[in-house]
Amino acid sequence: MATHVNPTRMELTRLKKKLVTATRGHKLLKDKRDELMRQFLELVRENKALREKVEAGIASANRDFVLARSGMSDEAMNTALMAPTQRVYLEVATRNVMSVEIPEYTAQHRSADQGDLYSYGFAYTSADLDDAIASMAGLLPDMLRLAQVEKSCQLMAAEIEKTRRRVNALEHVMIPDLQTNIKFITMKLDENERSTQIRLMKVKDMMLEQTHHYKERAEVAARTRMEQSG
Amino acid sequence: MYKAAILGDRDSIYGFAALGLEIVPVVEKAEAARTLRRLADEDYAVIYMTEALADTLKEEIAGYAERLMPAIIPVPGAYGNTGAGIANVRRFVEQAVGSDIIFGADSQ
Repeated sequence: MATHVNPTRMELTRLKKKLVTATRGHKLLKDKRDELMRQFLELVRENKALREKVEAGIASANRDFVLARSGMSDEAMNTALMAPTQRVYLEVATRNVMSVEIPEYTAQHRSADQGDLYSYGFAYTSADLDDAIASMAGLLPDMLRLAQVEKSCQLMAAEIEKTRRRVNALEHVMIPDLQTNIKFITMKLDENERSTQIRLMKVKDMMLEQTHHYKERAEVAARTRMEQSG
Repeated sequence: MYKAAILGDRDSIYGFAALGLEIVPVVEKAEAARTLRRLADEDYAVIYMTEALADTLKEEIAGYAERLMPAIIPVPGAYGNTGAGIANVRRFVEQAVGSDIIFGADSQ
C-alpha cells in the first residue's frame, strides 16, 4: 500500500461507503459499455455495408462521368453543371443512445420534384451526362445515411473507449485498493482491540494484587507450611 | 436548416453538384484546411471529402471527431479508391472493441 491510511473507525466507514459506490458505479458502467457495444456493432455492420455500396456507386458514377466528358467539351460540361437545380438541406435531430448524442439527418430538397436533376437543356449535352447524373442521383439517400451512421459510429467508438477505461480503472485499481485499505484498517482496529484487552487484564491483575496481596500471602503460607513440616 | 458540402479536387466532385451538394473545389493543403474550418463554423452538418484530401488533413479532421457537427465523411475520388474510407471504419472498431472483429476476414 503506497498511500498512508488512518486506521480509524471514521476512515473505515468512509472507505466502506466509497467501496459501495465504486462497486455500484462499476456495475452500471459495465452495463453501459455492454449495451453501447451491442448497438455499436449493429451500426458498424451497417456502416460497412453502406460504405461498400456507396463506394461502388461512386466508382460507377465516376466512370459514367468520364464517358460523358469524353463526348463533350469541358466548357459545355461546366456550363451544363454550373447552376444545379437541386440543393440539399438537412434537418438534424439528435438521439441519445446511452448518453451519446448521435445525429439523425432528414434531407429536404429545394425543388419539390426530386427527379428534377437536369440543370441544362438537352440540346448541347450528350446523353451520357444524363445517365451519369441519374446514376449519381440514386446515391444520395445512401450517402446521407452513410454520413449519419458513420458519425454515430465515430461518436460511439470514442464513448465506448472512455467507458471501457473507466470500467477497467474501477475494476483493477479503485476497488482492489479500497478493499486492501479496508482490510488494513479492520486488522489494525482488531489488533488495537486485542492489545487494549490484554492491557486491561494486566491492569486488573495488578489492581487485585495491590488490594489482596496474593503473592505475599502465598509466600507466608508457604513459609508456615515449611516450618510445620520441618 | 443545415447544408451539406463536398470538398476535393474538381474532377472528383463536380458530379455531386447535380445531387444538390455544395461543391467546394480545393487543391492546395493550406487552402483546404482553411476552407474546412470555414465550412465547419458555418451551418454544414455533413462535409464529404475525397479520400486523397482527407489523407492530407488528418489533424484538422481529428479535431472534429468528438463534435456532433460537422460529420466529415471520406469518399473515393475520381482517381480510384484508396481504401481510406473503409480503413477509417475499421479504426472505429479497433478503438471500441480493442481489436478488429468486423473486417478481420478482408483486411489482409
